[in-house]
Amino acid sequence: MSFLFKRDTWQEVFDSIGKNRVRTLITVIGVLWGIFIYIALSGAAKGLDNGFEKDFEKVSKNSMFLWTQPTSIPYGGYKIGRQFSLKYSDIPLFKSKVPEIQHIAPRSLRGRWGIPPGKVVRGQRTGEYTIYGDVPVFTKIFSMKFYDGGRFINPDDIKEARKVCLIGERIQEELFEEDENPIGQYIRIDGVFFLVIGVHVYEQGGGFNSDSDIHIPFTTFRSMYNRGDKVGWFALSAHDNTDVVAVEEKIKATAKEIYRVHPDDERGFGSFNLGREFRRVSGFAKGVTLLSIIVGIATILAGVVGIGNILLISVKERTKEFGIRRALGATPSEVRGQILLESVFLTLSAGMFGIVLGSLVLTLIRLATQDLNDFPFTNPTVPVILVISSLLIMVVLGTLIGLIPAQRAVSIKPIDALREE
Amino acid sequence: MGNNSLHVLKGIDFKVKQGELVAIMGSSGSGKSTLLNILGMLDLADDGSYTLDGVPIKNLSETKAANYRNKFLGFVFQSFNLINYKTAEENVALPLLYQGVSRKTRIQKAKEYLKRVGLLEWAGHLPSELSGGQKQRVAIARAMAAQPKVLLADEPTGALDTKTSYEVMDLIQKLNDEGNTILIVTHEPDIAEMCHRVVILKDGKIIEDKKVDQVRALDHV
Repeated sequence: MSFLFKRDTWQEVFDSIGKNRVRTLITVIGVLWGIFIYIALSGAAKGLDNGFEKDFEKVSKNSMFLWTQPTSIPYGGYKIGRQFSLKYSDIPLFKSKVPEIQHIAPRSLRGRWGIPPGKVVRGQRTGEYTIYGDVPVFTKIFSMKFYDGGRFINPDDIKEARKVCLIGERIQEELFEEDENPIGQYIRIDGVFFLVIGVHVYEQGGGFNSDSDIHIPFTTFRSMYNRGDKVGWFALSAHDNTDVVAVEEKIKATAKEIYRVHPDDERGFGSFNLGREFRRVSGFAKGVTLLSIIVGIATILAGVVGIGNILLISVKERTKEFGIRRALGATPSEVRGQILLESVFLTLSAGMFGIVLGSLVLTLIRLATQDLNDFPFTNPTVPVILVISSLLIMVVLGTLIGLIPAQRAVSIKPIDALREE
Repeated sequence: MGNNSLHVLKGIDFKVKQGELVAIMGSSGSGKSTLLNILGMLDLADDGSYTLDGVPIKNLSETKAANYRNKFLGFVFQSFNLINYKTAEENVALPLLYQGVSRKTRIQKAKEYLKRVGLLEWAGHLPSELSGGQKQRVAIARAMAAQPKVLLADEPTGALDTKTSYEVMDLIQKLNDEGNTILIVTHEPDIAEMCHRVVILKDGKIIEDKKVDQVRALDHV
């Protein structure tokens, strides 16, 4: 192995690589392209994965909604098309019957599905906004951020049915002066004065938030709008290690039992399972990742085979050169070593160049997409271990493939090599 | 390179003394190149013994043969066999590389031998920029740079015109005058006359082995 550390050995390698430019170029392009595609593809796949992940990060990944619909099967003495509501008092019942439930938050709203929105007044300014009745636990299922000094509804607000509210960014813009701090101010919602306790940050995605929502305590909401025990819908989250789809089924079955809905009634209860949606999307991202790995590896392989091919052709071309070298006293191992070193050196340097180029392209993509909110693409990266291992694969394969022409070069007698014209 | 075996050489028995300039002659197919290749350890004899400078040459592995070639032998070919992407100087320095000589010494020696063949000013040129005669002189410089015991020349003038041939022969004679042992395969009688001794082969056998009065190549130039 000592020849590896001799300057002369490398001199010969560089000489041969440097003075046969076309051959070197073609070889380098093959590998460079392979590793470049690999890095760019798997980085992009990772970026897509990260993008989806980010879109769902505001949402508890195993959360779902449950609401009522008119029934489609007569059952338990009730006729078809019965309309009913979920109740606040159902919460402990659901919790005890479905232990997989981690959080359950009742919600009600005004301002959608034909219900008129709340009319909001502050001084000379007015507006109509969607009003939500919420409980503190809601933020455990769907994360919310508030501007400085803001807070969400707390248990005391619920207990005492306080007249406090959170407003969206746009409401702040429309009802308040630019330099005014809305916290501590009062606004009038449908004739009732509310203390503003926070401004929530609007984040796109998910489809639940808007920048013109008002959140008030659930208890305040129900007494204000005479809702009694009725709940608009439940937002639920299951414990982390549970199967969301199974939990969804169990919750629906429980709900049907409580409300005497036929067990086979496909309507009656509607639900939307975010966990399932998330799984579908992340499954897609995983598929893309897998595909990118397969394509990437195939491209690398093609590149390496290309190197072997070029080396083989060049050895044929250089048979005479190696014949001369051997006539002048080069031992077979010296000849073999030189060819191998050429192949490994070319693979390695082309690979590294490809990695640099791939990272560069990923950086460009990142810069181009970082301001796009509706494009699910974030932080495209390739794990270092993958980069190193792909480089390693290339070097090993480069060596193995380099062995073929090297063996060929030394297997013919020097005299035959010299005779070859 | 067919599979049919063919007896090319059938009992060659001869000795070359140190400092001799021997021409091996014969029509094509007479086995003269094969003989030279065996002497040069580029080819192997099926049978018989070969002793070079008191060392019996037998059971050679490729590596051993390469080392012997490197230490004992210098080659000059009809088609020059220079490496086309290396300059004259690098070509001359190549056998020294395989001897493990340091880079500085290699270049110095390469220059020295190029000077001896009168091509010092061409040191940085590629073979494609040299004439046939110049190429052969570079090849001779390369063969001599390793300071071999024997210089083996296979039709060294075969690809050259008469004038250039004589110039190359003049160089070979001078090297011989300095005490180098040289074997030349040729089929040109005028080249053979410039040696001390002529061995004529026919059908794999020596049919004549005679001393000749050397004709100096310089007289013809």
